Amino acid sequence: MNMSYKEYGQLVKKMSPGSPIYKTFPLAFLIGGTICSVGEALRLWLSSMNMSKEECGIWVSVILIFITAVLTGFGVFHKIAKFGGAGTFVPITGFANAVVSPALEFQTEGFILGVSSKMFIIAGPVIVYGTIASIASGTICYIINCLGGNI
Amino acid sequence: MEIAISLLKAFCVGGLICVVGQILLDYTKLTPARILVGFVVLGVFLGTIGIYKPVVEFAGAGATVPLTGFGYLLSEGVSQAVKTQGLVGILKGGLCAGAAGISAAILFGILVALIFKPKKK
Repeated sequence: MNMSYKEYGQLVKKMSPGSPIYKTFPLAFLIGGTICSVGEALRLWLSSMNMSKEECGIWVSVILIFITAVLTGFGVFHKIAKFGGAGTFVPITGFANAVVSPALEFQTEGFILGVSSKMFIIAGPVIVYGTIASIASGTICYIINCLGGNI
Repeated sequence: MEIAISLLKAFCVGGLICVVGQILLDYTKLTPARILVGFVVLGVFLGTIGIYKPVVEFAGAGATVPLTGFGYLLSEGVSQAVKTQGLVGILKGGLCAGAAGISAAILFGILVALIFKPKKK
């Protein structure tokens, strides 16, 4: 078959099954929303036990990370992620899965060079650029504070 | 009734943030890892300029559970630390605020790797 690269590219685009947006958007909304409501329910429950706002936030994250870790361990999480799309990886559950999933997968390469290094394969960049951004943010706050402003 | 309303708010705002992620996933060549990094950095940015705080007050976990909320947490932590500790707060604030989440993910990651065997796909 004679075909230019461009034609081939178009053919591939036509043939490859794209996920239809009428499916992916509602699913992302539904699953992402559900995860956030679970978080909100936990937050309300914890704050009813006289916990400070800050503590509540931390425990909500920790509980969601724990649930994700267990679901990942049982191999259930990737089944939910398959149709939840961004609904599963944008919430903190996605961060937790990004840590736990490679940790589990690279067991065979040992606990030093496998589990503990591969666990940061996605979480690493998130932490690195999050920290860099927070340093930038802190510098701005510091300058504004020095100038006598308030942020 | 109040509980139902806050759950609904969390559902809608959280869901919408996820749909933004889905749009990026479907219409751009960004991989999930890049989207995650982008969301955290965006959260720090929106937190710094003070846009994200009202969203958190409105939607609660709907705004804090998505990764933009993690970014917001870092920006809040660093701005508090700068206020109380000065210059050294710039370096301490962000990671201190995110420490619990990161430590929990590391702990459960190691525990899962110790307990479970990888599944064949």
